[in-house]
Amino acid sequence: MNPYIPNTEQDVASMLATIGVSSIEDLFVDIAPRHAPVSFDLPPGLSEYEVMRRFTALAGKNSQGLVPFIGGGYYDHYVPAACPALISRGEFFTAYTPYQPECSQGTLQALFEFQSMICTLTGMDVANASLYEGGTALYEAMMMAIRITGRRRVVIDGGVSPIYRKIIKSYTHNLDFEFVESPVAHGQADVAALSRLIDQSTAAVILQNPNFFGAIDDHAAIADLAHSAGALLIESVYPISLGLLKTPGAMGADIVTGEGQSLGLPLSFGGPYLGFIAARRKYIRQLPGRIVGQTIDTEGRRCFVNTLQAREQHIRREKATSNICTNVALCAVQAAIFMSLIGKNGLVRMAQLNLDKAEFARQEIGRIPGVEVKRSAPVFNEFAVCLPKDAGDVAEAMIAHGFAAGFPLGRYYPGMERYLLVAVTEKRSREEIEAYARALKTVLES
Amino acid sequence: MDLIFEQSVTSRQGFGLPISDVPVKASLPSRYLRETPADLPEVSELDVVRHYTRLSQLNFSVDANFYPLGSCTMKYNPRFTERVAGMPGFSDLHPLLPQLKGGERYVQGALEVLFESERWLCEIAGMKAFTLQPLAGAHGELTGVMLMAAYHKAKGNRKKFIIIPDSAHGTNPASAAIAGYDIVSVPSDRNGVMDIEKLAEVLTPECAGLMMTSPDTHGVFNSRIDEISRMVHAVDGIMYYDGANLNAILGRCRPGDLGFDVVHINLHKTFATPHGGGGPGAGPVGVSARLEPFLPVSRVVRCSDGTYALNYNYPDSIGYVASFYGAFGIVIRAYAYMLMLGGDGLKQTSAHAVLNANYLRSRLKEAYYLPFDRVCMHECLFSASRQAQRGVHAIDIAKFLIDRKIHPPTVYFPLTVKEAVMIEPTETESKATMDGFVDVMLEADRLSRIDPSSFKSLPRTMPISRPDEVKAARELKVNYFSGESKA
Repeated sequence: MNPYIPNTEQDVASMLATIGVSSIEDLFVDIAPRHAPVSFDLPPGLSEYEVMRRFTALAGKNSQGLVPFIGGGYYDHYVPAACPALISRGEFFTAYTPYQPECSQGTLQALFEFQSMICTLTGMDVANASLYEGGTALYEAMMMAIRITGRRRVVIDGGVSPIYRKIIKSYTHNLDFEFVESPVAHGQADVAALSRLIDQSTAAVILQNPNFFGAIDDHAAIADLAHSAGALLIESVYPISLGLLKTPGAMGADIVTGEGQSLGLPLSFGGPYLGFIAARRKYIRQLPGRIVGQTIDTEGRRCFVNTLQAREQHIRREKATSNICTNVALCAVQAAIFMSLIGKNGLVRMAQLNLDKAEFARQEIGRIPGVEVKRSAPVFNEFAVCLPKDAGDVAEAMIAHGFAAGFPLGRYYPGMERYLLVAVTEKRSREEIEAYARALKTVLES
Repeated sequence: MDLIFEQSVTSRQGFGLPISDVPVKASLPSRYLRETPADLPEVSELDVVRHYTRLSQLNFSVDANFYPLGSCTMKYNPRFTERVAGMPGFSDLHPLLPQLKGGERYVQGALEVLFESERWLCEIAGMKAFTLQPLAGAHGELTGVMLMAAYHKAKGNRKKFIIIPDSAHGTNPASAAIAGYDIVSVPSDRNGVMDIEKLAEVLTPECAGLMMTSPDTHGVFNSRIDEISRMVHAVDGIMYYDGANLNAILGRCRPGDLGFDVVHINLHKTFATPHGGGGPGAGPVGVSARLEPFLPVSRVVRCSDGTYALNYNYPDSIGYVASFYGAFGIVIRAYAYMLMLGGDGLKQTSAHAVLNANYLRSRLKEAYYLPFDRVCMHECLFSASRQAQRGVHAIDIAKFLIDRKIHPPTVYFPLTVKEAVMIEPTETESKATMDGFVDVMLEADRLSRIDPSSFKSLPRTMPISRPDEVKAARELKVNYFSGESKA
C-alpha cells in the first residue's frame, strides 16, 4: 500500500468518468501485454516504524564511536546545530532548481551569498553555485582549462588526491588528452620536475594545497612557470585551511576547486558532498553549471536570477560547457549557513585550533620510539608518519583501541606501506590525542 | 532583502569556539599565510537563523505549494527518510573506513544498504547490475555513455555518433558530446513519439547507441519500443534509457525487458528524495549483462558468509566516476522509500501518477491546445499557442500561477512544441488540489480573452516582480565583493 496517495475510490471513479475510461488500466494502453515485466518480485510495503526499526538495526552494524583521526580530504569538523535545522526547512529542502525567480528568491539569494563566500575564501573573482563534489569539480576545472587554452596536455602533481586523479583518468580515458604526473619531492610539489614537464602544449597544471600528504606550500612560483608557458594553474583546496593559508588567488591560480564537505556537511559515508569552482573573471563564460547573478526587477529592487544560461545544457545541448543540471544546491546553502555562523574571525580561530592540535599530535606521536614524523614541509591539520610496521596493520589494530587511526598511504602510493596519514581537527581533545598516542605506542610494542 | 554580508557588525560572532586545550601554539612561516581574513559575515546565530528562515520563506516548495513541474516529478518527499539518513551510524560514517585493511567490517550496515538498494533497482528496472556512484541524472548519463564507449572499444567497434530524439532533455546530447560522440537528432512523428522511419534512415553501423526517455517528454510511451531496440541492436548499438520519467511505468514494464542495455534513474524524482533547490540528487546506472564488466569500481558484493565487501578487481571497469560509493545520504532515503512502498505501493504510484495527469489533460484540453491529443502517461504536454495569439504567452501564464501560489509547470520545454506547458502532477496530489489548479488555469485562459495586457505586470504578490535577465547577463555581478563586469 502507498500511504502517499490521497485519491479515494470516489475520487478515482469521478476522475475516470471525466477522462472517459472505465479503469486506470485503460490509461496504460500503449504498454502492450508483450511489454509486461518478466518479473517484479518485490516484498510488500512496511509501515514507517517498521522501516525505522530496520534502519536502526542497519546503523547498528556500522562501527560507532570510533574516535576519528582519519581524513584524506574528508574531515570530522563540528557542524553547528543551526545548520541542519535551517536546511531542513521544507522551503529549501523541497524546492527545485530556481527556474522561476519570482518564487525562488530564497534559494537564489542564498546561492549568491555562497558564491560570494567562495570567492572571498579563495581570493577569486567568480564562482558557480556548486558541482557534485571535489573530484568531479576538479575534472570540470580541467575541462575548462582545455577549452580556454585549446590545448590537450595536462600536468598533475602527485600530491593531488589519488581519488581525484582516478576520476579524471576515467572521464578522459577515451578522449585525446595527454596526462603527465609529476612526482612529489619531500612531501611537496617538485618545482624542478614541474618546470621540465610544463611546455607550450600544456593546458593546465593541477596542484592541491594542502596536498594529499597534508603538506602546505606556496605555489606562486609554479603559477609563474605555468603562465609563462601559456598554461593555467588549477588549485584544489581545503576550505577550512583557508582560514589561515595564502589564497590560491594570491598565488596566481586561474581556477580553484575543492571539496566543501568541511563547511558544515556530515561525512555521511561519502555523500552528498559539495564541489565548488571559482575562477578569474575573464573565464566566467567557460564556467560549468549554474551561476546566480544579481539584477533588478521591474520596480528597481535588487533580486537574483540564474544567469549566463546560454552556457548550459538546457539551452546549448551538445555545445554546453558541461552536461551538469542538478548539482548540490542544498549543500551549497548549508555551507553558506555554516560560513555565516563561523564568521570572519571564527574561521581563523577554527583553522588555528586545527593547526595547534595537529602540531600537538605530531609532537606526541613523534615521541613514540620507532615512529618518524616527517618535518620536511609544514602541515595544516593532517600529516604523514612513518611507522616501524605496516601502517595498514597498525590502523587495523588501533580500531580495537577505539580509534580510526588514519589512512594508510600504501593504499594509493605503492612503496609507502609504512606511512600513516593522520588528521586532527578542532574536535579532537587533548585527552583523545594523548590516548591515541598511548594506544599507538601499545600497538607498536605488541 | 539584505544580504547576510550587509548585516555584519565588526567582531560579532555566530558560533563559539573553545579555548585550545593543547599546550601548543603553532605558527606557520608568513609566506604560507593569507594577508587578511576571508570577508565572511560577522553576525550572531539569531541573525543567521532569522536571515535564512526569511530567505526560505521567499521560495515555493512541494511542502507548501502545488508544484506540477513537468519531467521533474516533484512528488511529496516523506519526512521520515530524513531521520533515517541522519542516524549517527550513517551520517558520521567516514567514507575511507572500508578502505582500511579489513575495514569493511566497520561499515556492514552501510554496505548492506547499498547492496539492497542495487537489488531493488535491478528488479524495478529489469537490469543485471547497478552502480550507485553517479551523483545526478546527467552524471548517470555520462557514466552510461562511458560504458557504451568501453563496450564498443572492447569489441573493436568503430562508432561515431549517438542518436537522440528531438524531444530529449538537453543533458542527453551534452553528456554524449562530453564522452566524445557526435549527435544525430531524430524528429518526432505526429503521435509525439520518435519517427521510426527517420530513425531507420540514420541508423548506420557507426551508430554507438540510442538515448531515449520513455515515456518521452511529450508524455507518450512509444509502443514500438521493442522494434526500435531490435533495429539498434542490429547495428550493435546500445539502447540507453533515460529514467527521468520512470515514475510512469513502475511495475508496468521494465527497461531491461524492452531491450535497453543501460539505464539511469533519478532517485530525486521517482524515489521521492528531496530536490533541495537543485540537488543533491542521485543518478544510479543499471546495465544488462553485456555491459556489466565495464561498470565503475568500487562495486558492492555479498560474500559467501553473508557479509558485504567492496570489490575493485574488475579489469574492464571504466574506473571511478565519483570519489566514493554514491550520494549515500540520498540513496538511503530512496531505499527507505522503496521499503515503505513495497512492490504493490510502487505499482500504485505509476497508476495514480498516470491517472492524475490524464485527469488534468481532460479538464484542460478545451481551453489549452493539446499537440498530441491522446492518452498520456505521467505528464501531459499542452501548448499555450491559442493564448499566445491573444498576446498571452506560456511565461505569462506561469507568472499568473505564481500569483495564485502555484508553482508553474515546465514551460518552453520540450523544444519540439511552441509555447510548451508541460504538466506533471505526480501521484501525491489530490483531486481537490488539481481542481484548484484547473480553476486557475481556466481563469488565466478567460483573462487572456478579456484583458491580455494585464499579464505583463504579473506577478504582483511576490517579493519581487519580473527580473531583468538581460541586465543580469550583461552586467554580470555574481560575487558581492566584486563590481559588475561588462560582458
